[in-house]
Amino acid sequence: MNLVSYEDALASYDPVMGLEVHVELGTKTKMFCGCSTELGAEPNSQVCPTCLGLPGSLPVVNAVGVESAIRIGLALNCEIAEWCRFARKNYFYPDMPKNFQTSQYDEPIAYNGYLDVQLEDGSTFRVEIERAHMEEDTGKSSHVGGATGRIHGATHSLLDYNRAGIPLIEIVTKPIEGAGERAPEVARAYVAELRELIRALGVSEARMDKGQMRCDVNLSLRPNGTETFGTRSETKNVNSLRSVERAARFEIQRHATVLGAGEKIIQETRHFHEDNGTTTSGRIKDNAEDYRYFPEPDLVPVAPSREWVEELRASLPELPRVRRARLQAEWGLSDKDMQAVLNAGAVEPILETIAAGAPADQARKWWLGELARRANETGTELAEQPITPAQVARVCALVAEGKLNDKLARQVIEAVLAGEGEPDEVVAARGLAVVSDDSALGAAVDQVIGENPDVAEKIRGGKVQAVGALVGAVMKATRGQADAAKVKDLILEKLGAA
Amino acid sequence: MTDLIKLTAADTAAAIKAGQVSAVEVTQAHLDRIDAVDKKVNAFLHVDTEGALAAARAVDAKRAAGSELGPLAGVPLALKDVFTTKGVPTTCGSKILEGWIPPYDATLTTRLKDADVVILGKTNMDEFAMGSSTENSAFGTTGNPWDLSRIPGGSGGGSAAALAAFEAPLAIGTDTGGSIRQPGAVTGTVGVKPTYGSVSRYGLVAFSSSLDQGGPCARTVLDAALLHEAIAGHDPLDSTSINAPVPAVVEAAKMRDVRGMRIGVVKEFAGEGYQAGVMQRFDEAVELLRELGAEVVEVSCPSFTLALPAYYLIAPSEASSNLARFDAMRYGLRVGDDGSRSAEEVTALTREAGFGAEVKRRIILGTYALSSGYYDAYYGSAQKVRTLISRDFDAAFAGVDVLVSPTTPTTAFPIGERADDPMAMYLADLCTIPSNLAGNAAMSLPCGLAPEDNLPVGLQIIAPAMADDRLYRVGGAVEAALNDKWGHPLLEEAPAL
Repeated sequence: MNLVSYEDALASYDPVMGLEVHVELGTKTKMFCGCSTELGAEPNSQVCPTCLGLPGSLPVVNAVGVESAIRIGLALNCEIAEWCRFARKNYFYPDMPKNFQTSQYDEPIAYNGYLDVQLEDGSTFRVEIERAHMEEDTGKSSHVGGATGRIHGATHSLLDYNRAGIPLIEIVTKPIEGAGERAPEVARAYVAELRELIRALGVSEARMDKGQMRCDVNLSLRPNGTETFGTRSETKNVNSLRSVERAARFEIQRHATVLGAGEKIIQETRHFHEDNGTTTSGRIKDNAEDYRYFPEPDLVPVAPSREWVEELRASLPELPRVRRARLQAEWGLSDKDMQAVLNAGAVEPILETIAAGAPADQARKWWLGELARRANETGTELAEQPITPAQVARVCALVAEGKLNDKLARQVIEAVLAGEGEPDEVVAARGLAVVSDDSALGAAVDQVIGENPDVAEKIRGGKVQAVGALVGAVMKATRGQADAAKVKDLILEKLGAA
Repeated sequence: MTDLIKLTAADTAAAIKAGQVSAVEVTQAHLDRIDAVDKKVNAFLHVDTEGALAAARAVDAKRAAGSELGPLAGVPLALKDVFTTKGVPTTCGSKILEGWIPPYDATLTTRLKDADVVILGKTNMDEFAMGSSTENSAFGTTGNPWDLSRIPGGSGGGSAAALAAFEAPLAIGTDTGGSIRQPGAVTGTVGVKPTYGSVSRYGLVAFSSSLDQGGPCARTVLDAALLHEAIAGHDPLDSTSINAPVPAVVEAAKMRDVRGMRIGVVKEFAGEGYQAGVMQRFDEAVELLRELGAEVVEVSCPSFTLALPAYYLIAPSEASSNLARFDAMRYGLRVGDDGSRSAEEVTALTREAGFGAEVKRRIILGTYALSSGYYDAYYGSAQKVRTLISRDFDAAFAGVDVLVSPTTPTTAFPIGERADDPMAMYLADLCTIPSNLAGNAAMSLPCGLAPEDNLPVGLQIIAPAMADDRLYRVGGAVEAALNDKWGHPLLEEAPAL
């Protein structure tokens, strides 16, 4: 089936989205036991009777997990429940030790909030939050012997329960309506803003590539001008900001294609494929799926006192929106320039580069110029470029010291990106250094003047702007290693035009 | 020390402490008794001979070194096979856990070991504590030492039978709907369901989490009190554990004075279905309490008639979820894993083969009751009934200190009689279930033999939550008065095995 274009899809249909984001908290221990949450350990080395679901074991709530959930709720402008319970979500899956997930159902810890997100054009879109609740992660299955790593075609599966019981906060939006053609952008901006918020709170690193933050994109279309929601698809575990946007965009086109052909959307979960930007059918999710929720009898209700909640509210850190406004003022940027920094995802790299000793304008110049371009070309996140803020700061320092000029600095950056080592190593290995030896430079200037008598004559006659051609020739002769400003001064001096 | 197995736990501990007998001798005497009679009784699923003797030797060494011994040091105990024991099999009477060796001790197991109690082994039970006769065990039924052709009660029939057969002076049970008290009643022994939350459930394999409560079983009220104090108390590993001092139950057991106490007779626990001899012995016990100086009044708890149906919605609902973990992935039985089947198929085959009929019945019942569209009508309504029952108790306890009733409507029935009639079986817990739903404390102790069948009758005493000491005060006084009247403890009338 050929997909209808995005524009055609939006001409007929109005997208409605729901975003469910799972955040793995960075607590030291699991949600209901004392096992470590450290990533990367030997499989099944961070387990105990409770997180393995052994007969007789019981859960005990991690107080830091509850505190983190409340802080997230407060930062999302939610109401915090005075009294809430955990509930059991019952379903069978081999990597779920108890075959129920201890979660929350109709009594979430936080509910009724919102998050304002900034779009690329600088406008603000309010995403309303339905709820944020606490739950535990499952174990991890790896399917072995098949070609795809999926269960289909595998000969056997391995189970690792290190992840089982790691605290999760699930944040669910209310239906996002009225975003229109900007729906995919809103989805991306929401997840980005949420990620920043979570990091600012210090409750999780929220690394999507490590599965610490996972997004489900629920999407449906309804004919323009109608109210009733269409049937939704649930695209699971979309694991980068870019993918969130692409998945929403693809689903809009796919739904429009199906609906346009007079067919029905099947309510199902779908998998997003990074390689080609499409989704494929997962499991059919008819309404018969019944989790038989009931209040968890092994845990007592959570009843955070109002005093505690207010204490937590008062101790919230500076939130991303406020921080952005502050940085914009500190850096002296226009709205447009700040937006460019945000769109490039350059705030953190710039801050870290400044922290490593670079001036703000220099730091911004590199991350928004050379490096942003490269990120764009390779379709990767800016922060994931193979160069550290400290390395960028070192290049800035070499320029400030007069050891590199702009052009050479660019070469050094490229070499660092190519894996040639630290900036100083690149400079040494490539023999890059500004030619500042006056006699050597003087010789090069004399030679160029000699080779271009016409131009030299013009300059002597007062046409100072013609000096550019001679500077260029000297730079070429010195393979770019001269200080252009100095070359210019030298030429003018020698031709008596200074 | 001719008959070590007939001693009470208190006397046994005293004798060991005084050096009149060693803990090893006591333990060996009980192991010999088990050897001699347990083929007939089948109280034990697993006898830990080595572990028991090692524990006994440690007690003797401790005494030899001059260390202070606790009030139950060296006393043998029979542990219901529903508590985990590190390195010792734990089956819950189910095929699905056959061969499982837990890697950890239940908190209760740890406390017994810390008290230097000698754990002889694990006792038979209805599978996952679901039943009132021990007939639902996957490993054969247990005989009632008063008449081996009759049931020893359930689910803790093994623990009660071990006491009545003098295989152990102490035992541990769990009471979800009466599984300590009803076996106590039909075997002529003492059983206590402590206040919900006073004995840790960590390591107690769950049947119904909001109802399950471990508790002491013994042949005397004082022995039960000593064991109660050893196992009760706050446990940070159990979130529902009560963080408050344990009531002084040993002191209460020694008072033997009920003068001035107000005792309520629950009107609803009488009438159709109650055996005449049971009611006769119960009425005599009430009269005895009056003679001992208690004030007896009749109280009405109208919601109690709804307790049984509410229980059979709540308990199976929780069980359907608690038992979901038995999926063949990590421990226990695994059926059909021949490389050709998916994990889901292996799970299904294992559960089909590993669970018995009653467990399956309750899983299906509970799954249905929790289903969307039925939740409010079933689970939701049952929780409301639970609230009503608690209110009835609150109203009753506003006027009386304790309530009394027969523990169970009939004496021990013949093995097989109710096996195919779940409803008749469920009626055995009619009088015990309200206390589980309300979470308060209750005891059963022997009050005589029913004239028509010469089988033990149990008197149930119910106290408000965290007033467990009142059970022991009333129970201790009744026990002393009855032993005086009979000239000996009731169990001496049991036939020799």
